[in-house]
Amino acid sequence: MTTQRTTAEITAACEEMYYDLSFAAPRRWKDASPDRKVAGYLPVFCPREVVHAAGMLPLGISGAGDWLEVIRGDAYYQSYLCHIPRSTVELALSGRLDFVDAMLFPSTCDVIRNLSGMWQMLKPGCVVRYVDVPQNYDPEIGGRFWQGELRGVAEALSPLSGIEVTDERLAASIRAYDENRAAIDAMYALRRDRPERAPTSEVYLVLRAANVLPVGEHTALVREYVAAAEATPRKSIDASRVVVVGAFCEQPPLGLIKTIERSGCFVVDDDFLLVNRWYTAPVAGASGGRGAFADLASAFVRSTTPTATMYSPKSGRGRPLIDRVRAARAEGVIFAAPSFCTPALLDQPMLSDALDAAGIPWTAFKYAENTGQFQPIREQTGTFADTMKLWEAA
Amino acid sequence: MTTAAPVRKDRAMELQKELIASYFTRLSRAPQTGAKTVATFVPGNLSELLQCFDAVPVLPEINALQSGMRKLSGNYISEAERRGHSEDVCTYVKCDLGMFDAGNVGPTGEKLPVPDLLLLSYTGCFTFMKWFELLREKLDRPSVMLHVPYQGQGKATPEMRRYIVEQLERVVIPELEKLTGVKFDVDRLREKLALSVKAEDDLVAVWESAKNRPSPIDGYFGGVYYIGPIFTAFRGTQEGCDYYSVLREETMQRVREGRGPVTPDGEMSEEKFRLVVEGPPNWTHFREFWKMFSDEGAVAVASTYTKVGGLYDRGFRHDPKDPLGTLADYCLGCYTNHSLPDRVDLISKYVEEYEADGFLINSVKSCASFSAGQLLILREVEKRTGRTGGFIESDLVDPRYFSAANIKNRIESYLQMVDQKRAAAAGAAS
Repeated sequence: MTTQRTTAEITAACEEMYYDLSFAAPRRWKDASPDRKVAGYLPVFCPREVVHAAGMLPLGISGAGDWLEVIRGDAYYQSYLCHIPRSTVELALSGRLDFVDAMLFPSTCDVIRNLSGMWQMLKPGCVVRYVDVPQNYDPEIGGRFWQGELRGVAEALSPLSGIEVTDERLAASIRAYDENRAAIDAMYALRRDRPERAPTSEVYLVLRAANVLPVGEHTALVREYVAAAEATPRKSIDASRVVVVGAFCEQPPLGLIKTIERSGCFVVDDDFLLVNRWYTAPVAGASGGRGAFADLASAFVRSTTPTATMYSPKSGRGRPLIDRVRAARAEGVIFAAPSFCTPALLDQPMLSDALDAAGIPWTAFKYAENTGQFQPIREQTGTFADTMKLWEAA
Repeated sequence: MTTAAPVRKDRAMELQKELIASYFTRLSRAPQTGAKTVATFVPGNLSELLQCFDAVPVLPEINALQSGMRKLSGNYISEAERRGHSEDVCTYVKCDLGMFDAGNVGPTGEKLPVPDLLLLSYTGCFTFMKWFELLREKLDRPSVMLHVPYQGQGKATPEMRRYIVEQLERVVIPELEKLTGVKFDVDRLREKLALSVKAEDDLVAVWESAKNRPSPIDGYFGGVYYIGPIFTAFRGTQEGCDYYSVLREETMQRVREGRGPVTPDGEMSEEKFRLVVEGPPNWTHFREFWKMFSDEGAVAVASTYTKVGGLYDRGFRHDPKDPLGTLADYCLGCYTNHSLPDRVDLISKYVEEYEADGFLINSVKSCASFSAGQLLILREVEKRTGRTGGFIESDLVDPRYFSAANIKNRIESYLQMVDQKRAAAAGAAS
């Protein structure tokens, strides 16, 4: 007989993984068998299904937060570049990622793109793959190109693991990740509908555990958290409902997320760790029976969550955000972008203009993953939350 | 000071100026002539294809750098920042947006038209995508994407090539036909590509002339003038061919006469340092920046920035026999679309082939495509070549980020270091 854990116990376990820069959980997974291999990936997107189908553990690398002193990493980057590549290089050069057999770098921005080349030079024993996602969404053009890229990833990884990515294996992996996304969607729905029961500081930690856990374990963890959160009455508070946008790559420190909540905000939607909620529809069967690679390709060109790193073929860049605000019954938007994050910061004026036109209030600040001073942010978001309440009352 | 001879403009200089001016005049008069205008970027530009539709390209990077050289960019950038654009992002973008707000007046003093179409040649720079999304929202004009995959694994694959060709055939060309009402004629494209090859041959001869001692050209500061026509509107034209033919002939004459390059103060009399330069120049203080080198007798014998619009010197030529495939190859091969290890390779080869004394990186704040990883490039190229590397920081068109005293100090210190290392090596050899 197993005892059901409380939300506090679950999030405490997740917090331990969050702060663990020795990567004990993925190391344990790897050490369980000499044949096991690990493939790391950078934000914001990775075809984890392919990695999984190759018998490998996809390991999300989200920098090193505010609890690793970056010395060597800083020697590789000018002051006007963001923080995540510095801490990622620090992780690599300090040997913390030596158990990682392959690294996948998605086409998020020029910094992550160039980091793929740096990795080739800094870690010559590691299989490095730049993952170029299509910016053309025609299934016969961008979709076909993407299928080729996916097969390229499979061909790069299979020799490491000795496991061929067959259509059957990939289909099973897609099902596992569809289940995971459904579980996460349920967690986000709970937070949206009853935010006092699923605070974002907890939801984030549970989500973040996806970086280091095998997909099946993570799905079970999310379900366990949702069940525990639903069963745990918590005192409701009078907070403003906000959507947080811009934090899809370099992650805000946990303290910053808590600060937003403590200032009187319920975060009812966000774009943290977007890889976990990349598709807006199930992947399995997306191509109408043309196979698992085709399913992944079709899902990508048809059902990708709009985000700053993906091209918007039509004007109205802010429309999807307005839709999200309304779907989440949010009262306002907090733009929280990492300093020097080109995609987020170039996107922001388009989004804020759209919000202005729709009469949706917003506020904006920048952070780094190692931001340590939260008081100014607390004052800003607290004032924002109070103001929204005043507008509501007026 | 090593530059004393009086400034004498070569015929190629005059021609270049005339060509660029004629381009801006043609552009500014497009509303009257009825020509359609298509905004696009320098890397991966489809110059010959646009000509097949009688469309005039609008090149926002060129507009921005022209604004920088005319000391207008500071105000444009400030205006964009006042309107909510972050101080952290590319100043080309903010300069362009600010220029529109200020009336969109080009370098000839004439108002430039709002482009009819935004052709997003997405090659080697992430910011391009956001730039045209911003312009599309601002100008209410349609955009069409040409996604060019990055050579992350160090090579262009047949799949990448096919992906680009398919986009050209099924997306870009139909959009251009719809915009202009002109039917695509592949033979017309072939003719233009054949003209491109001639200009490319001549340009490569000019680049390679810098292998001579003294180098007859400055392959960075002078080089940006040489690339003007071929990177803008004149690749695939007879005027472009004529210009490069004259430029080549004049350059070869300099070689025969043993003359150095033209600098802001005239012809350089003594070549003291041969450098390879990585990264774009600063435009707001271009002349001052150049003089920091030429005053010291330093010549850029090769540069990477002058290859953002094509690595012709590594063998690429447009191929009229495969018109769309060759456009795909061109887009794939632009400098910033190459992986970091490839860039290290290229710079190291330049250092060796051009017998450079050292290499210098001008790291610009605006351009992460260039800048991210440059400190590793510095180490790697030093390691491979044994030559001294230098590192300075500035920006493309943000005058706030050009600290003249600091940069001059660094350049002088760097050149002293090169000199000492060279002297030490000569001493060891004797």
